[in-house]
Amino acid sequence: MEKPVNNRAWFLVLPVLVLVAFSAVIPLMTVVNYSVQDTFGNNEFFWNGIGWFKDVLESDRVHAALGRQLLFSGIILAIEIPLGIFIALNMPKRGFWASLCLVLMALPLLIPWNVVGTIWQVFGRVDIGLLGHTLAALGFDYNYVNDPIDAWATIIVMDVWHWTSLVALLCYAGLQSIPDAYYQAARIDQASRWGVFRFIELPKMSGVLLIAVLLRFMDSFMIYTEPFVVTGGGPGNATTFLSIDLVKMAIGQFDLGPAAAFSLIYFLVILLISWVFYTVMTAQREVP
Amino acid sequence: MAVAREDRRWGSAVVMTIYLMFLLLPIYWLVNMSFKTNAEITGAFSLWPTDPTLRNYRVILTDPSWYMGYVNSLTYVVMNTAISLAVALPAAYAFSRYRFLGDRHLFFWLLSNRMAPPAVFALPFFQLYSAVGLFDTHIAVALAHCLFNVPLAVWILEGFMSGVPREIDETAYIDGYSFPEFFVRIFTPLIASGIGVAAFFCFMFSWVELLLSRTLTSVNAKPIAATMTRTVSASGLDWGVLAAAGVLTIVPGALVIWFVRNYIAKGFALGRV
Repeated sequence: MEKPVNNRAWFLVLPVLVLVAFSAVIPLMTVVNYSVQDTFGNNEFFWNGIGWFKDVLESDRVHAALGRQLLFSGIILAIEIPLGIFIALNMPKRGFWASLCLVLMALPLLIPWNVVGTIWQVFGRVDIGLLGHTLAALGFDYNYVNDPIDAWATIIVMDVWHWTSLVALLCYAGLQSIPDAYYQAARIDQASRWGVFRFIELPKMSGVLLIAVLLRFMDSFMIYTEPFVVTGGGPGNATTFLSIDLVKMAIGQFDLGPAAAFSLIYFLVILLISWVFYTVMTAQREVP
Repeated sequence: MAVAREDRRWGSAVVMTIYLMFLLLPIYWLVNMSFKTNAEITGAFSLWPTDPTLRNYRVILTDPSWYMGYVNSLTYVVMNTAISLAVALPAAYAFSRYRFLGDRHLFFWLLSNRMAPPAVFALPFFQLYSAVGLFDTHIAVALAHCLFNVPLAVWILEGFMSGVPREIDETAYIDGYSFPEFFVRIFTPLIASGIGVAAFFCFMFSWVELLLSRTLTSVNAKPIAATMTRTVSASGLDWGVLAAAGVLTIVPGALVIWFVRNYIAKGFALGRV
């Protein structure tokens, strides 16, 4: 059924519009303003055109951060998506155990992000952490403060710990929507376990799985707090991802111009991904 | 066949047990530490507190610079949830029931704000709220978190509202209800679970966020999360208190999660499962 056209609906949207304009458009305009100007202090600004954008696009530092960011997001997706599906397939279907699993799995999602960082920072320490201590006792030379590989491994395991449940919960919701009749039909056809997964469960999960992939990609692309607490972007710059680099530039060094240009480019990348996300999600709703 | 299925059930139980262990072990370690003395934490390595103490919790609950962090966090989180829901409800109704000029573009623009990296907004927010004299107030953080919570609330509510057949609206109008009357007395009860889920997600994302809340506050509205980071960077760490503070930040989420357990996935999928 087609929705009626009614332009007075704008009045209902107006409060949201005003609020989000205040908290998004005004700040964004400030960023645009900084991105095209330079200053020698004293609040005197002069026009700098696209200079900062050129600097940022040619900067090795930004390239390196972008490279690390893409690698990180890639690894995260490659681990969390298959693992999330696997966990969802193994979850109890209904009853008390299903509820218990849901609640326990959601627990990491509700912990403040810096506490997630703190938990893993402590957990991985060789002197007082269970993980670090155990690895050291087993003879591994594990030290996430000095060794880039160990730092990366710690952050990746932390992110898997933090967010795999999200993928699993979404897939679980998708699996719940499969009628029992499908499974019965598969049993009559003597379908293998793999066949059931490939031809019944996976197609039914594809919708939520897409949401999971895009959410995980975008959120891992903006990750800041957790690695910042665990490694502070180090050792060296080994775990300095885009957001960490940006905050360093803007608030640490107060390089407003480059930081603003960096922000806008970063935001455009996100906007592009959001557009894909939006298109895919609305297309999916129109063809149920 | 029956034997194979029985085997598989045991296999599933083993997989879930391992996974839940993996999830709970780091949390257990934090809880474990929070009941230890600092001497035991740094001195002896033990899997459970040999000499359990409540001293760490006592420190937090008696020192205003610690417990005010929780009060501040809860204040702006509740403010944010109230503001987000108040503005999102009518907007979600408009999106779910009508087509209007620019609706799709507007919806996309809202979504893009949910996806905006907070790092981009940290500095401009700082300057904006300093300029209007709201720096270091609860309302500043509450308004800043609206950046991602309002779009989220609109999306979740729109998903739930679209599940309510439009005939109900039309029947109510024919029965002589005015729009506000209909919305409050008939429609709101119908989407009560949706409102609960949206409130939960606003609460949660405002609670877990640190970058903006830390940037926008210094003393009077400093969130608990920021109080904790200062302790981490300071010399002479009080590990026990740090762990206890961490455990206390997990409690609110753990308490409310039971009520929305069946809707969590729907909320994360922005109301679209």
